[in-house]
Amino acid sequence: MSSSETARLAHPSYLEDHGRHRGILGWLLSVDHKRIGILYLVSVISFFFVGVTLGVLMRLELIQAGPTIVQPQMYNAMFTLHGVIMIFLFIIPGIPAILGNFFLPIQIGARDVAFPRLNLLSWYCYIAGAAIAVASLFTGGGPPDTGWTFYVPFSIRTGTNVTLAVFGAFILGFSSILTGLNFITTIHRLRAPGMSWFKMPLFPWSLYATAWIQILATPVLAITLVLVMLERLFGLGLFDPAKGGDPILYQHLFWIYSHPAVYIMILPAMGVISEIFPTFAKQRIYGYKAIAFSSLAIAFVGYLVWGHHMFTSGMSDTSRLVFSLLTFLVAIPSGVKVFNWVSTLYKGAVEVPPPMLFALSFIFLFAIGGLTGIIQSALATNIHIHDTYWIVGHFHYVMFGGAAWGLFAGLLYWFPKMFGRMYNFRPAFVAWVLMFVGFNTLYFTMLVLGWMGMPRRYYDFLPQFGTGHVIATIGSWFLASGLVTLAVTLIQGWRRGAPAPADPWGGTTLEWQIDSPPPTENFHEIPTITRGPYDRPGA
Amino acid sequence: MDKPKTLVPYGTYVLVWFGLLALTGVTITAANLHLGQLSVLAAILIAAIKGTLVLMIFMNLKYEDRLFRIMMLLAVATLAVIMVLTFTDISFR
Amino acid sequence: MSTTALTDTHHHDPMGAKIGMWLFLLTEFLLFGGLFLVYAQYRTQYAADFHYAAMSLDVLIGAFNTLVLLTSSLTMALAIAALERGSRRVSAVLLVVTVGFGVFFLVNKYFEWSAKFHHGLYPGSEELAGRTSGEAVFYGLYFAMTGLHAVHVIVGIAILAAVLGIVARRPRIKVRVDDIRASGVSLTGSDGQALWQRELAEAPEAVELALVYPENAEVRHRQVILMENCGLYWHLVDVIWIFLFPLFYLIS
Repeated sequence: MSSSETARLAHPSYLEDHGRHRGILGWLLSVDHKRIGILYLVSVISFFFVGVTLGVLMRLELIQAGPTIVQPQMYNAMFTLHGVIMIFLFIIPGIPAILGNFFLPIQIGARDVAFPRLNLLSWYCYIAGAAIAVASLFTGGGPPDTGWTFYVPFSIRTGTNVTLAVFGAFILGFSSILTGLNFITTIHRLRAPGMSWFKMPLFPWSLYATAWIQILATPVLAITLVLVMLERLFGLGLFDPAKGGDPILYQHLFWIYSHPAVYIMILPAMGVISEIFPTFAKQRIYGYKAIAFSSLAIAFVGYLVWGHHMFTSGMSDTSRLVFSLLTFLVAIPSGVKVFNWVSTLYKGAVEVPPPMLFALSFIFLFAIGGLTGIIQSALATNIHIHDTYWIVGHFHYVMFGGAAWGLFAGLLYWFPKMFGRMYNFRPAFVAWVLMFVGFNTLYFTMLVLGWMGMPRRYYDFLPQFGTGHVIATIGSWFLASGLVTLAVTLIQGWRRGAPAPADPWGGTTLEWQIDSPPPTENFHEIPTITRGPYDRPGA
Repeated sequence: MDKPKTLVPYGTYVLVWFGLLALTGVTITAANLHLGQLSVLAAILIAAIKGTLVLMIFMNLKYEDRLFRIMMLLAVATLAVIMVLTFTDISFR
Repeated sequence: MSTTALTDTHHHDPMGAKIGMWLFLLTEFLLFGGLFLVYAQYRTQYAADFHYAAMSLDVLIGAFNTLVLLTSSLTMALAIAALERGSRRVSAVLLVVTVGFGVFFLVNKYFEWSAKFHHGLYPGSEELAGRTSGEAVFYGLYFAMTGLHAVHVIVGIAILAAVLGIVARRPRIKVRVDDIRASGVSLTGSDGQALWQRELAEAPEAVELALVYPENAEVRHRQVILMENCGLYWHLVDVIWIFLFPLFYLIS
C-alpha cells in the first residue's frame, strides 16, 4: 500500500460514512461544515429551480397581452413568490451558506467553523423558514400577492396569506444571522498560525464584510416583519394610515435591511471572482489590500443609501438629495474592484476554462447592472424609470448576472475539490453560451421596455410593448435551457466524472493543498502560514 | 494571546448600582421640571449614561479586549446613522 | 492493569464564545433599535398626543420595575464574581435572587397590562379606535415594545434557570468511548494535565461515561464563561428597559 493510500484510509473523505450516525442521518445531523455546505447546496439549488420555473411561467404569461396561461390574481402570486424564493431562499443564503461554509475554514487553515452546532441549526432554520413560506401557498387566503416587498397598507389589508409568508422570512433571517455570527467568530479566532489578516485570501475577507451586514441589518427586517404580523393579527396600527400610521416608515424600515441585503448578495460573489482571477491569470491579484478594504467600504456605505428605493414614495426633497448623493458614492469601491480584477490579467498567462469564463462574463454583466444603477441614482431619471421594467432589468443584471453568476463560477471552480471529480468542459461551455445569450436577450430587452415605459408587476400591457415581451420570453427559454444544461453537466460530473487531483487549476490557496474531496478534519496537520495567499513559488 | 481575566471587586458593582439608582431618581425629577423640548434630550442623555454604566461595568466592556468596545460602537453607529438618515425625511416633509 | 487514555479534546475558546455572544447581543440591539426608530418618528409627529397618552401610565410602577431590573443586574454581576472567586453556593443564591427579580418584573407587567385591557386599551380595540391617531399609535408602540421586552425577560429567566442548574453542581462531561478493551480509563485535559483515572468493573467494548470533574480552577473557569455570557443577555434586557422607562413613563 502506498503511503498516500495509507494516509487516505487513515483520513477518509468527508463524503464517506463515519462517526456516530450513518447514511442519511449522518448528513442530517452532521456538524461538519463541509457536509452542511452540501446540505445547503442541495436545498438552495432546488429552490432556485423552483424560482426559475416560476420565472419561465411568468414570461410565458407575458408573451402576449391579456390572459395567456393564468389569471391576474395568480400572476400577482407568481411574481411575489418568485421574488421571495429567489431573494430569501437562493441569493441571500447562496454563496455564504454553500461555498462559505465549505471553504472558509479550509482557506484559513481551520478544522471547522467556531460554532459547528450553530451551523447545523442555521440550516434547519433555513428549512423551517422555507417550509413555512411554501405553506403560505396552500393555506388561508392563498399565496401572497403583494410582491416580495410586502408594502403596507396593501400587505395589511389583503386577504392572502401574508402572515405566514412573512413569518417564513422571519425564520430565514435567523439562518442568515447565525451564519454571519459563525463566520465573524471563525475569522477572528481560527486562522492558522502565521495567517495574519492580510495573509488571508480575499474570499474570507468578503465573507467577513458580508457577515457584518448579516448581523447588523437582518434584525431590522426581523422587527419590521414582526410589526406587519402584529398588525395583521392584532390590528396593532403602527403602519396603517387609518390608525395614524405612516406607510413610508414601513418602506424605510424595509429598505434599511433590504438595501444592505443586496451587498450580502454581491460581496461573496466578488470574493469568488477575487479567487478565480489570480488562479487563471497565473499571478498575484492586483491590489490585494484595495480589494479587501473595498469590501468593508461597500458594506459600510451600503447602509447609507436605502432611500434610493423610495424616491417616488413621498419622502422629503432633502432626503432624496441626500440619498441620491450617497448612492453615487457607493459605486466607487465596486469600481475599485473591477479595475483591480482587470489589472490582474495584465501580463498574466490567462487560461479560460469554464470557471474563468463565468468570472470574466460576471464583470461584463455586473458592470451593466452597476451602470444602470448609476442612471437610477439620479433623481430626474429615477422618476421616469422607477417601477418600470428598467428596474427589473437592472436588478437581474446585478443579482443574477452578478451574484448568481458568481455562485456558478464558484461552483465550477470548486467542484473538483468538493466532489473529487471533474465535469466535462464542452457542455459547460455550451451552457455558458445558452445562458449568456439568453440572459442578455431577456434582460437587456427589459431595460429597453422599461425605458419605453412598461411598468413592472403588470399582468397586461399596451400593444407597443408586445415585441419586446416576445423577445424577452424567447430569451428566457435560452437562459433556462442553459441553466438546465449546466446543472446536468455538474450532476454528470459528480456521478461519472474523471477523478480530480488535489490541485487541478494551479491554485495557490490552502484548499488546493489538501485532497479532493477533503478529509473530514481538513488538514492532517494545521499548516503554519509563511507566504501571501496568492504568492506563487518562484514568481 | 488572550487577555487574562481581571477580577472586578464586588464593591465596584455595588457602587455602580448606587449610581444607577441615583440617576433613575435624577431622570424622574428632570421629567417633572417642564423643560419642554429639552426634556427628550435630557431623558435620552441620562438613559445613555445609565446604559453605558451597565455596558462598561456590569457587562465588563471596560475590562475586556478593545475588540468588544469596537463591536458595540459599530452597532451604536449603525443605529445612529439609520436614525439620522430617516430623520432627513421625517423632519423635512 | 491496562489503561485507555482519553483526552478531553473539546475545543475551548472562551474568547470565541464571548465574541459569539456579543454578536448575538448586537442583533438584539438592532432589533429593538428598529422599534426605537419607529418611536422616534411617531413621537416627533404626535408629540402632544404622546404626552397626553403617557399620563395613563403609572410612573410609580414603572420606576419600581426599573429598580427591580437594575438590582437584578447587580445580583447577576455579583453572582458571576462569586463563582470566579470559588463561592459556588453564594453564586447560586445570587442567581436565584436574580431570577426572582425577573419574575417580580413580569408580575408587575402583568398587572399593568391587565389594567390597560380592563379599560379597553389594547391593539385593535374599539376604545382605541375612538381615540386620536397619536394616542392609538402610542399605545400600539407601548404594547409592541414592552411586549417584546417582556418576551426577552421570559427567555432570560429560562436561560438563567438553566445556568443555575449547571452551576449549582460540579461540572460533568459526557464522553463516549468506542473500543476500550481495557480495564481502566484515564482522562487527560487538553493541556496534558492528568485529570482523572478509574478502574472499570469489566472491560466494555464501548461506553458512555458521565465524568465528574474534580473541582479545579480550569473547570470552574468554563462555568464562569457560561455564566458571563448568559449574564450578558440579562444585562442587555436591563439596558433596553433603561431606555424604555423614560420614553414611555416620563413624557407626561
